[in-house]
Amino acid sequence: MTEPVIDVRGITKAFGGLVASDDITLNLRPGEIHALIGPNGAGKSTLIAQIAGALRPDRGQVRLNGQDVTALDTPARARRGLGRTFQISSLAMDYTVLQNAMIGALGRRGDVMRFLRPVMRDTALCEAAETALDQVGLSEFRALRTAELSHGQRRQLELAVALTLTPRAFVMDEPMAGLGAEGSKRLITFLSDLRARTPILLVEHDMDAVFALADRISVLVGGRIIATGPVTEIRANPEVRRAYLGEDAQP
Amino acid sequence: MSLILLVEQALNGLQLGVMLFLMAAGLTLIFGVMGLINLAHGSLYMVGAFAAAAVAGLTGSFLLALVASLAAAALAGVIVEITVIRRLYDRDHLDQVLATFALILIFSEGTRWLYGSVPLYLDRPEWLSGTVTLPLGIEYSAYRLALIGAGLAVAAGLFWMIARTRLGIQIRAGENDREMIGALGVNISGLYTLVFALGSALAGLAGALIGAIQSVQVGMGEPVLILAFVVIVIGGIGSIKGALVGAILVGMTDTLGRVLLPQAFALFMDASSATTAGSALASMAIYLLMAGVLLFRPKGLFGGATA
Amino acid sequence: MRRERVLNAALLLGLLAIPLWAWIVDEPFTITLVTRAVILAIAGIGLNVALGLGGLVSLGHAAFFGLGGYAMGILAYHAQTYTPLIEMPLLIEGTKSMPVIWLVAIAVSALAALAIGALSLRTTGVYFIMITLAFGQMFYYFAISWPAYGGEDGLSIYVRNGVAGLNTMDPLTFFAICYALLLLVLFIVSRLAASPFGLMLGAARQNPARVEAVGQAPYRLYLTAFVISGAITGLAGALFADLNRFVSPVMLSWQTSGEIMVFVILGGVGRVFGPVAGAALFIALEHWLGGLSDYWHIYLGAILLGVVLFARGGIYGLIAGREVAHD
Repeated sequence: MTEPVIDVRGITKAFGGLVASDDITLNLRPGEIHALIGPNGAGKSTLIAQIAGALRPDRGQVRLNGQDVTALDTPARARRGLGRTFQISSLAMDYTVLQNAMIGALGRRGDVMRFLRPVMRDTALCEAAETALDQVGLSEFRALRTAELSHGQRRQLELAVALTLTPRAFVMDEPMAGLGAEGSKRLITFLSDLRARTPILLVEHDMDAVFALADRISVLVGGRIIATGPVTEIRANPEVRRAYLGEDAQP
Repeated sequence: MSLILLVEQALNGLQLGVMLFLMAAGLTLIFGVMGLINLAHGSLYMVGAFAAAAVAGLTGSFLLALVASLAAAALAGVIVEITVIRRLYDRDHLDQVLATFALILIFSEGTRWLYGSVPLYLDRPEWLSGTVTLPLGIEYSAYRLALIGAGLAVAAGLFWMIARTRLGIQIRAGENDREMIGALGVNISGLYTLVFALGSALAGLAGALIGAIQSVQVGMGEPVLILAFVVIVIGGIGSIKGALVGAILVGMTDTLGRVLLPQAFALFMDASSATTAGSALASMAIYLLMAGVLLFRPKGLFGGATA
Repeated sequence: MRRERVLNAALLLGLLAIPLWAWIVDEPFTITLVTRAVILAIAGIGLNVALGLGGLVSLGHAAFFGLGGYAMGILAYHAQTYTPLIEMPLLIEGTKSMPVIWLVAIAVSALAALAIGALSLRTTGVYFIMITLAFGQMFYYFAISWPAYGGEDGLSIYVRNGVAGLNTMDPLTFFAICYALLLLVLFIVSRLAASPFGLMLGAARQNPARVEAVGQAPYRLYLTAFVISGAITGLAGALFADLNRFVSPVMLSWQTSGEIMVFVILGGVGRVFGPVAGAALFIALEHWLGGLSDYWHIYLGAILLGVVLFARGGIYGLIAGREVAHD
């Protein structure tokens, strides 16, 4: 069996008395989309923060491509190939769309400490940025200030920046939110193709998207993974139905 | 050095500390509740001192002078809160810094225009002008001792107010969640004005009390303001307890440093260079203390505990 | 965009034309006034690297301005008294050479910025403001209590320092030197703003989490910007001290930090040329309002308040529009 790209082993995180992550084990294999679902307050954000490096687990290990990265911070994990998109768009709002994509391409290449060469005339970087914008369908807006983008367009740009990183694994936090029916459909097609290149750990509330995309689903409730398995298995799991799906899928 | 001198200097340090607390408590409350950094807090300190000096000059009563310092600083606070500060709550820190820097310019030059550049003197009251004999036979200034007492009493009152009164509950709610107090039906705008006036009054009182030790002059507020910032950085922002501990640490370090460091240097160098090096280092002592705290507790000794 | 370029050009031409005109009609005082504006503009450009590009609200830049000033004062003092600066472990003499003094000023203030920045940048927001202000004050009190170089009274030097055999005591010559340095600093900072570093620094200002997610550490970017910023302001300090042939703790005071920030704001934060406009306006106000009233700081305060509350983009915002240029 191939080695998982992201391998979370028994991580636990408590805030005071509240156990937000309770001995969570979860992995992401090459070529798959692994969806993480769960009701609000289940601890999804805390888990993502520990995988991305913003939070340290109290116990347990996070491994990336077979390396233990538990002690590394967010930038170091990003440099080791973790590409993340945020739940709330996290962009440089005063920059143009192209400039935001350039940030990703430049971060990927790493030669940031250059002080006198005009960055926007760096053809290699521009090409990488343009390619990513093209993939998400934002090319025509490249010169627009990011603050002027619609909510859905910002989500697309968020994805484009992650694409410029050419990561080994994606962690996407609700990429469908606010996209609308048409946008969601396009994104589903796009992500479905993307997985062959780069596996995706997908946190998503949109159950249609989850069922359409996921190879495996993990259900997080109250800080614990109560089930992991293929879509059909999760749909049929009585515990999941009771704890989560039975309550009617969350919007 | 004698024990008596050491105790005396420690009392001086405590006295500086409690006065710094009066400044720092207002600053930290205003930051905690409204998220505002107020550089003009030193101006309110100056307003209090000038009001006290003016009223003492007219009436000869020190107590009336203190009342005047509280009233004038609170009034000045309310006026600037309503006209300027209110517009800054939603702004970024840069705008707050600049606007309150502008207020310093206006306050300082306005005061210079009214009173001129010659320092005023505020006499301490006759009934506190002598010394008292403490245990160990230490003779200590009655006025300074009264300052320590008054400062500690105000600190106790402040802790009581925040822990026990309606206003205190609103302040704590405001520090935790600004939107929540609106939802609770509290008149936010009134609360903000009140908190600002309270902070201003504390600063004005400190100005008057210190004004009787030092001279009352334009520009007296800013050095104290910067010391109060050091106090807040050390204590942790938004924490009244941190402000008290930080203030006493800063007061002690500064006062004792000025006495002890030159003597310590004298152990291994000649007297005059020891005085030079010792006082130069002493002038930096509290900033080095701050740097040390930053290395180990970037959020201050009591900061980040509320989150 | 275009209006901004026109304004840039007009500013540079104006700053050149006024001293030339003053030289023709023989008004050396006016030349000195413009020289002051040029030097303060450099100080503001320095601060703007931290403040405008990096979003770091430093209220301690007087430390770098003053250190630059003292670098000049101390080196020139030892040169004019023929006493060595250091004898052990190696002999270092003072100097009257401007380029050497500039380099020392830049190095000393960059080092100080590295130390202050490394500590202060462990925090953010309002902490950072208070800490930079406090560290600035530390240098002020140190200068006052250290008697070797004049303490509170400061240090005077008899003759301006020299460069390339020029007569630097001639106001126009000294102006030309400062103006050339202004152009150089403007060129460097413009390139910096458009460089890979500038792009990433601006991103860190707007959204540190974004920068981390692309694999870069905001702290390193901020600290680098702070050091460059301090170094430029330090150079301005050396020039300012040379202009006055005098350096004192006033250069290190918190008011100086506030004033440097005022140049940046009056001109327009984040515009490379903003501090040039701001410093020119400041000097003009000081000159005109100072002539009208001894208490001109009241008017300055009112104007600053008006700009902050109602015209946040400063002069550049009013004339060239709110949009900050991207190319």
